[in-house]
Amino acid sequence: MELKRVVVTGLGALTPVGNTVAGYWDGLSNGVSGAAPITRFDASKFKTQFACEVKGYDAENYFDRKEARKMDLFTQFAMVVADEAVQDANLVEGNYDPDRVGVIWGSGIGGLRTFQEECVNFAHGDGTPRFNPFFIPKMIADISAGHISIKHGFRGPNFVTVSACASATNAIIDSFNYIRLGMADVVVTGGSEAAVTEAGIGGFNALKALSERNDAPHAASRPFDKDRDGFVLGEGAGALILEEYEHAKKRGAKIYAEVIGGGMSADAYHITAPHPEGLGALNVMKNVLRDANIRPEEVDYINVHGTSTPLGDISEVKAIQTVFGEHAYKLNISSTKSMTGHLLGAAGAIEAVASILAIQNNLVPPTINHFTDDESFDPALNFTFNKAQEREVKIALSNTFGFGGHNTSVLFRQLND
Amino acid sequence: MSEIAEKVKAIIIDKLGVEESEVTPEASFTNDLGADSLDTVELIMEFEKEFNVSIPDDQAENIATVGQAVSYLEEHAK
Repeated sequence: MELKRVVVTGLGALTPVGNTVAGYWDGLSNGVSGAAPITRFDASKFKTQFACEVKGYDAENYFDRKEARKMDLFTQFAMVVADEAVQDANLVEGNYDPDRVGVIWGSGIGGLRTFQEECVNFAHGDGTPRFNPFFIPKMIADISAGHISIKHGFRGPNFVTVSACASATNAIIDSFNYIRLGMADVVVTGGSEAAVTEAGIGGFNALKALSERNDAPHAASRPFDKDRDGFVLGEGAGALILEEYEHAKKRGAKIYAEVIGGGMSADAYHITAPHPEGLGALNVMKNVLRDANIRPEEVDYINVHGTSTPLGDISEVKAIQTVFGEHAYKLNISSTKSMTGHLLGAAGAIEAVASILAIQNNLVPPTINHFTDDESFDPALNFTFNKAQEREVKIALSNTFGFGGHNTSVLFRQLND
Repeated sequence: MSEIAEKVKAIIIDKLGVEESEVTPEASFTNDLGADSLDTVELIMEFEKEFNVSIPDDQAENIATVGQAVSYLEEHAK
């Protein structure tokens, strides 16, 4: 059976550095940090008191009040970016078959705020259960895909992938697979997360995963810097419209890039720590190159997972050097998490958008906040420190890895006819 | 209008996102005010909380309009 080609025909983004795709790219190309003191709750007793929140978000700009009340913030974010991407792709009634349009979304956690509030309410009561009837349908991670399909009437494959910080990339890979197998014409994919809550910050603090640089939030996410001390929690969402190539051509859609490969692997090592030699990261990059049937030398840019944790950054770079050999020195590597923070299950979505925009603009967004070299990293590697770099980007690779040892990679290529 | 009726009206406006003028005694939650079955459950829970009453399921089934809610609560509220 011949596999179909899959292209990207629409994008959406709601991020800590910009609330639309244009705003997001503007933030990334100018090296803007999205980190600031937490506003979503009183964090004064927490070890970490800052995060990368979405700025100036008001649900009433997007939803009527009744509608908004029934959606956790992570679902609201999903709806906002899905709308932007659907409009961007010019998907209008009549130019697609709604039974052949899927929604495959990613979220690592789902409605954490809703879960926390309902449990706290119960704990404060006298033991009488007074759970809100919307508790479960607001909290469950898959409701995001459900809401998107209900709003737009997309009746194809519909579900949510959960693999912690790899969730959205798993969603993109699944979407790519369904389309290339001929099981859907179009899939709305991506991911969303809204975990800047007491439980989110407190939980990740307990794992010692977060930066505690409270005196300089904007300089806290510093992947590959000697003094990195953990990731900065982010929130937001990204969306991509993946479409079968002939379907896109037939309706005259604008095409951003082609999806040429998806790779998956597991560390099978530890629940939170990465494999010290980056074995899972190494395998996933080999897998994605094999799936796309390209040579390592063809890759121009790697948008790395690079969360700014002491161990994770090292094992990923080891893996890159093993897979790419001499070519590792010719690549641009960057971690856009230095600007956006770590959006957990949505990271793969906004980083896929960043990788595609790097191809579109022939510009590699930077790894900001580089102050001091770390001898763990080969100084001849180009981490795109502090300032965006112009270069031709024909092929971009995006890596995301999740707690549990899930590894995912996806490859995008400039469209060649 | 009684104090209870005022409060009931305010809860309905808040939870169902409807205009004050729509909340007439005859208005049915599902047929006139756009509530689905989950909204109705949530309304009953809000009444229970606001008026400190417990409304058994078999009685909640008979509260389908604004007027029925007001009468029930005027009779049972503590």
